[in-house]
Amino acid sequence: MSERTLTPYANSLGIIFEGEEDGAPVLALDFDNMVEGRPGHLHGGAISGLLETAGYELLRTTLMNSGRVRQLKPINITMQFLAGGKQRRTYAKGRITKLGRRNANIAVEAWQDDRDRPIATAIMNILMAEIDQ
Amino acid sequence: MSDQTPPFDPAKVAPLLLQSGHVGWLELKYRDSGDDWVELELPWREDLIGDAERPILASGPIISMMDMAAGMAIWTRNGGFSSIATLDLRVDYQRPARERSAVVGHVECYKLTKSAAFVRGVAHDGDPADPVAHIAGIFMSLLGAPRNV
Repeated sequence: MSERTLTPYANSLGIIFEGEEDGAPVLALDFDNMVEGRPGHLHGGAISGLLETAGYELLRTTLMNSGRVRQLKPINITMQFLAGGKQRRTYAKGRITKLGRRNANIAVEAWQDDRDRPIATAIMNILMAEIDQ
Repeated sequence: MSDQTPPFDPAKVAPLLLQSGHVGWLELKYRDSGDDWVELELPWREDLIGDAERPILASGPIISMMDMAAGMAIWTRNGGFSSIATLDLRVDYQRPARERSAVVGHVECYKLTKSAAFVRGVAHDGDPADPVAHIAGIFMSLLGAPRNV
């Protein structure tokens, strides 16, 4: 638990660790003026930040647990916005679809009240570069 | 388009649009615009770092800027404000931004229909020919939908 640290951006935005499910971190973000887009709704960029952070945390945790040391570099992210984010806590959790030698493919979902009705989803490709030691 | 709505002038409304909420927190700045494009800037800020080792801007704020620039580009091309929502947004990362560098986002609305707006754009840290990221997205019109639902 104590080794968990998020990026300065994630901390500033207010992203926190909510818990863990099946070895995957569940992150959360509370509604606040600084994440508001159109009045009364979460900004798509803030949702994207939460999705992306959840994807990286999942991959970081997985690599750490298997003793692999890699530098993670983003390749791309595709986001689908399915419903407006309301003024309440938003959660996000990822699932690794493929963990290769060079890159990983990760699917992330964000939800609010009903996790079977995600408000946004993302597919991320992440490069796992070897670190010169 | 509509007789009642005054034309959307991104330069004029930017101070209002960018003053509060998420984009206000990011301190996004208006730079320039054309018939169907808008350019914003995300200033460098220590608390927006996205890398454990290097002082470079996180991708989250860059996505937020591109999303906002896309919305403004759509209203500019549309000739007026309308209620829209991001449906799909894709970001391809070419390279990290330079250390302690601001990032500029240039987004164009290349096609507008009654129900959808298509956008594409480039994020760079000084040289548009050497981008940090490319984006492509689709926004849906919320016209006719009740507000606050």
